Amino acid sequence: METKAFQKIYTQLVGITKATCSLRAQGVANEELAMVHGRLAQVVKIIGDVVTLQVFGGTEGIPTNAEVIFYGEPPKLKVGDDLAGRFFNAYGQPLFGGTDVEGAPREIGGPSVNPLRRKQPSELIATGIAGIDLNNTLVTGQKIPFFADPDQPYNQVMANVALRAKADKIILGGMGLTNDDFLYFKNVFENAGALDRIICFVNTTEQPPVERLLVPDMALTAAEYFATEKNEKVLVLLTDMTLYADALSIVSNRMDQIPSKDSMPGSLYSDLAKVYEKAVQFPDGGSITIIAVTTLSGGDITHAIPDNTGYITEGQLFLRKDSDTNKVIVDPFRSLSRLKQLVIGKKTREDHPQVMNAAVRLYADAANAKTKLENGFDLSEYDERCLKFAHDYSLRLLAIDINIDIDAMLNQTWELFAKYFTKAEVAIRQEFVKKYWPAEQ
Amino acid sequence: MKTKGKVTGIIANLVSVEVDSPVAQNEICYIYRGGVKLMAEVIKVIGKNAYVQVFESTRGLKVNDTVEFEGHMLEATLGPGLLSKNYDGLQHDLSKMDGIFLKAGDYTDALDYDVDWEFTPLVKVGDEVTAGCWIGEVPENWINHKIMVPFKLTGTYTVKSIVEKGVYKIKDTIAVVTDSEGNSINLSMEQKWPVKMAITAYKDKPRPFKIMETGVRSIDTFNPIAEGGTGFIPGPFGCGKTVLQHAISKQAEADLIIVAACGERANEVVEIFAEFPHLDDPRTGRKLMERTTIIANTSNMPVAAREASVYTAMTIAEYYRGMGLKVLLLADSTSRWAQALREMSNRLEELPGPDAFPMDLPAVIANFYARAGLVYLNNEQTGSVTFIGTVSPAGGNLKEPVTESTKKAARCFYALSQQRADGKRYPAIDPMDSYSKYLEYPEIIDYLNETIDAKWVETVLKAKNYVQRGKEAYEQINILGDDGVPVEYHDRFWKAELIDFIILQQDAFDKIDASTPLLRQKFMLDLIVGICDNSFKFEHFEECSTFYKGLINSLKQMNYSVYESEEFFKFEEEVKSIINERKA
Ligand SMILES: Nc1ncnc2c1ncn2[C@@H]1O[C@H](COP(=O)(O)OP(=O)(O)OP(=O)(O)O)[C@@H](O)[C@H]1O
Ligand SMILES: [Mg+2]
Repeated sequence: METKAFQKIYTQLVGITKATCSLRAQGVANEELAMVHGRLAQVVKIIGDVVTLQVFGGTEGIPTNAEVIFYGEPPKLKVGDDLAGRFFNAYGQPLFGGTDVEGAPREIGGPSVNPLRRKQPSELIATGIAGIDLNNTLVTGQKIPFFADPDQPYNQVMANVALRAKADKIILGGMGLTNDDFLYFKNVFENAGALDRIICFVNTTEQPPVERLLVPDMALTAAEYFATEKNEKVLVLLTDMTLYADALSIVSNRMDQIPSKDSMPGSLYSDLAKVYEKAVQFPDGGSITIIAVTTLSGGDITHAIPDNTGYITEGQLFLRKDSDTNKVIVDPFRSLSRLKQLVIGKKTREDHPQVMNAAVRLYADAANAKTKLENGFDLSEYDERCLKFAHDYSLRLLAIDINIDIDAMLNQTWELFAKYFTKAEVAIRQEFVKKYWPAEQ
Repeated sequence: MKTKGKVTGIIANLVSVEVDSPVAQNEICYIYRGGVKLMAEVIKVIGKNAYVQVFESTRGLKVNDTVEFEGHMLEATLGPGLLSKNYDGLQHDLSKMDGIFLKAGDYTDALDYDVDWEFTPLVKVGDEVTAGCWIGEVPENWINHKIMVPFKLTGTYTVKSIVEKGVYKIKDTIAVVTDSEGNSINLSMEQKWPVKMAITAYKDKPRPFKIMETGVRSIDTFNPIAEGGTGFIPGPFGCGKTVLQHAISKQAEADLIIVAACGERANEVVEIFAEFPHLDDPRTGRKLMERTTIIANTSNMPVAAREASVYTAMTIAEYYRGMGLKVLLLADSTSRWAQALREMSNRLEELPGPDAFPMDLPAVIANFYARAGLVYLNNEQTGSVTFIGTVSPAGGNLKEPVTESTKKAARCFYALSQQRADGKRYPAIDPMDSYSKYLEYPEIIDYLNETIDAKWVETVLKAKNYVQRGKEAYEQINILGDDGVPVEYHDRFWKAELIDFIILQQDAFDKIDASTPLLRQKFMLDLIVGICDNSFKFEHFEECSTFYKGLINSLKQMNYSVYESEEFFKFEEEVKSIINERKA
C-alpha cells in the first residue's frame, strides 16, 4: 500500500489511548485504512469531523504531531496462486523476504455468502484418529474448535489432522503463536513435503496483540480465493482464537464500550461468528473448513469465549489426558461434531451411528463405575466389565496417536463389545448385531 | 416531499443523521453510499439528530453522505406467494439475488409480481367489509390463500366493485371499496403491515383449548403445547435446541411453518433448503417446503436485521392466521435477537440493565410472545399462531435475563439439560424441570381425555410420578451405594429408566423413531405404565438391572419398527414373554 501523490497529510492528533488515536479529518470513510506514524491503522468511529483510528501496532511512542495519511480503502489482500507456499505477517506482507504476491487486491472481512448459494456439506474428512472419525466425524465446510487447556498438544493434533485431511490448501492463521510453535508448524509442513499447499499468516507473541485482529480475515480471504476461483478444498487452521478474542476486548475497552460477561465486548458472538461462518461448502466443489483452537482456563467452558464459540461452531473437540492409559484422548463425552450425521451411516458403514452411540454409552457406564469406586462402593460384575472395556476403548480407539480407517475402527469396537458384553447390554438394532457381531471363537 | 438528511457520525452500524424535516421513531430511511442504498431504521431522535441502525455493514460510509426517509416503519409485504420462499431478515427474496456473496443494498422483491393467480371473489358488490375480511381467494401451493381487506383500513367499507373470477397479477386492482364518506379505495392482492405492530383484525382471542401434535413424545405425552400456545427451549450449546426445532418443523400438525433462523448457523438453514423440498409432509403427502417459509438472518448477516427477522416472521404468521390457518412459528435463537438489542443499546450509551441488556428487554419479549394465539376471526372461523422459540443462555446458566424474561412470557418450558445431552439422552428435555402450563387448563384436560383416552391425563401424571420416584431412588443409591439400599429402590430407579428410554428418548435421526403420532404414543405409554404398575420381586439388584435392560432392549426395537407391523408385534410378544417369565 503505497502513498499516492497529493494525499493530504494530517499532523495533529486530538487524542491517544493504548489502542486508538483520534484526529480531525474530513471525507474519511468508515473502516478505511490509514498510516499513523508509520503504523497501520483503521477507522473505527467517526463523530462529526473527529475520526478515531485503531492502531494495529499499538500506540506506544506515537506523538500528538504524528503524520497521518488515509488510504481511502479498507484493508485488502492481493490474492493469486503464488500465495501458496508462503509465509506472511498479519498485514499480509511476506516474511522471510521474497517478492510481493501478484494478483488482484481483495477486501478482507468481505460480505457473507448468500445462504441459498451454499451446498449442504457431505464430504467426510478422514483423519485416522478414531476419537474424531468414529465419534465426531468431520465434514468439509464445517467449523470446529479444539477446546484445550494450554498444556495440551492441540497444535500437534491439528497439524496431524491438517496433513492427513487431503486438503488442496492448508492455511494457517496464527494468533499470538509462540515463535517455537510457529517453527514447529513450519517444520512439520516442510518435512511432510507439503509446503506448496501451505499458506501462513502469523502474529507471534512477540508482536502487538491488536494486529491479530487481521489474521483470521487475511487467512479466510485467501481461503475464499482458492475455494471460489479455483474450486479447491481449503482447510483453515486458526490458533489461538482465545487470544483473538482477548484482542477484541482490548480494543472495545479502549473505546469505552460497556463490557458484558467476563469483560468481553457485548458483540463477541457476532465478532466470532463473522470469522467462523466463513466456513462453507460451495456447489462447485470448493470448500472452506475451519479447525480452530480455543484455549480454556482450567477447563472452564462457561467462560464467555468458549461459551460463545460453542454456540457458533459445529461442535467442539475436547482433548483430555486419560490417567488410566496415560494417553491424550479425544474426550467422547464433551466432544461433538454436529455435522457427523450428514455422513455417518451414509458415507460410512451403516452400523456407524449405532456402534458409536453404544460405545459411548458403555464408556459412560464405566465412568459411573469409576465414581462408585472412588466413593468406596463395591463394584458389580457389570461395572468391572465396563471398566475393562473403557481401558481398551481408550487405548485402541480414543487415543490421539491412532491412525486407522473407519471400517477398522468399527470392527475393533464390535470386537470390544463381544469381548466384554452381551448383545442385550450393547442394545443395538438386531439387523446390525446379526451382521457384525464377531463370530464366537 | 421526503425528509432528507446528512450523516454526521458513524459507530459501527449506528449512524447519526442531521435531518431537515420531521422524522418518526422507527421510520425507515436509506443512506446513499456512492451508488448503493443502505436501509436503516430510526431508533432514537435528539433535536435535529436522528440515530439510525443500519441493516448493512457501514464500511465505506462517510460523514455528509445523504439520507432519505421513507415516511413509514419497517413493513412486511403480504400477498400470495409467500409460501416456500427464502427471505432475509428484511424479507428480501434470497433466491433473486445474484452472485455467491450477499451485496449490501441488493434489495429484492418479496413477491413475484409477474405471476398469474387464479382469483375467485368471495364478496359481492354492496357487501360491507372490515379489515381482515376475505374478499377473494387464490390457490397457493395447496392452501386457499385468502385475499383480505388491508389490516390498515379502519372502520367499515362497502364493496363498490369486485373483479370476476379469473387470472390476475398481484398488483392488479381486484376490488374497489368505499368508506362511509364515499371515498373510493382500490385494493390489490398485496398489502403492507409494519412488522413491530401486532395484526389484531380478529374478533376474539380465547384461551387455547386444543393440542398441537408435534410427534415428539416428550412434548406431546409429557408436556404438550397447545395450538395457539407458546413455548420455549432454553439450553446450553449443543444440547439439541435446533435438532428439536427441526424435528417439530418436520412433523408438527400445522398447516404452515414459518422458520426464523435468527443469528444462528448458515449450515442449519442450508439443511432446511436441502431437505425440505424432498421430505413429505406426513399428513398431506406434499413436500414440506410447500408449507414452509424461511426467514434467514444467519449469524454472519447484518446484526440489526436480526431483530427485524423475528418480527417479519411473526407478521407473516399473523397474516396467514387471518386466513383461518394453523400456523407454527419457530425462532432459533431469540437470544441472538436480544443480543442485537444489547449491542445497539450499548452504542446508544443507554443505562444498561442486568448483563448489559436493555432495561425494557422483559417487555419486548413479553409483547412478542403475546402476539401468538388462537383467534376467532370475524367470520367465526379459527386461526392460530403457535410460537416456539429457543434461548441460548450464556454459560448454560438459566438465571440470565433472556431466559428469565422468556419464562414469564411463554407457557411451555422445555429445559434442555447438559447432563442428559452428555449422556446422549436425546431429546435432552429434562422431564422434571420442564413443564406445560396447558396441562393445568381444564379445557385442555377435557380435550385430551376426549380425543385420546378418558384416562389419558391420569396416565401421564402417573408416568411423571414414576420418573420422579426413580430420580429420588437414584439419589439414595448414589449416597448409600447399590448394596446400601433395599432392592425396591433399584426397581424404582429402573422403572424411571424404562420410561426415559422408551418414551422420553427419541432418535431424531431414525426414520421411524423420529416421529411418533399421538395414537402410537398412547399405545406405548399404556404399555409402559402397565409394566411399571407391576410389582416385580428381585433377590438382588443385578437381577433387577438385567431384567430391565433386556426389557428396554426389546421395547427399543419396537420404537424402531413400523407401527403395528409384523416386526412390531413380534417385539411386543418378546416384551410380554419377558414379563410373564418374571411374574411366574
Ligand atoms: N434428538 C436427537 N437425536 C440424536 N442426536 C441429537 C438429538 N438432538 C441433538 N442431537 C445431537 O446434538 C447435536 C447438537 O444439537 P443442536 O445443534 O440441536 O444443539 P443446539 O442446542 O441447537 O446448540 P446451539 O445452541 O449451539 O445451536 C446434534 O448435532 C446431534 O448430534
Ligand atoms: Mg442450535
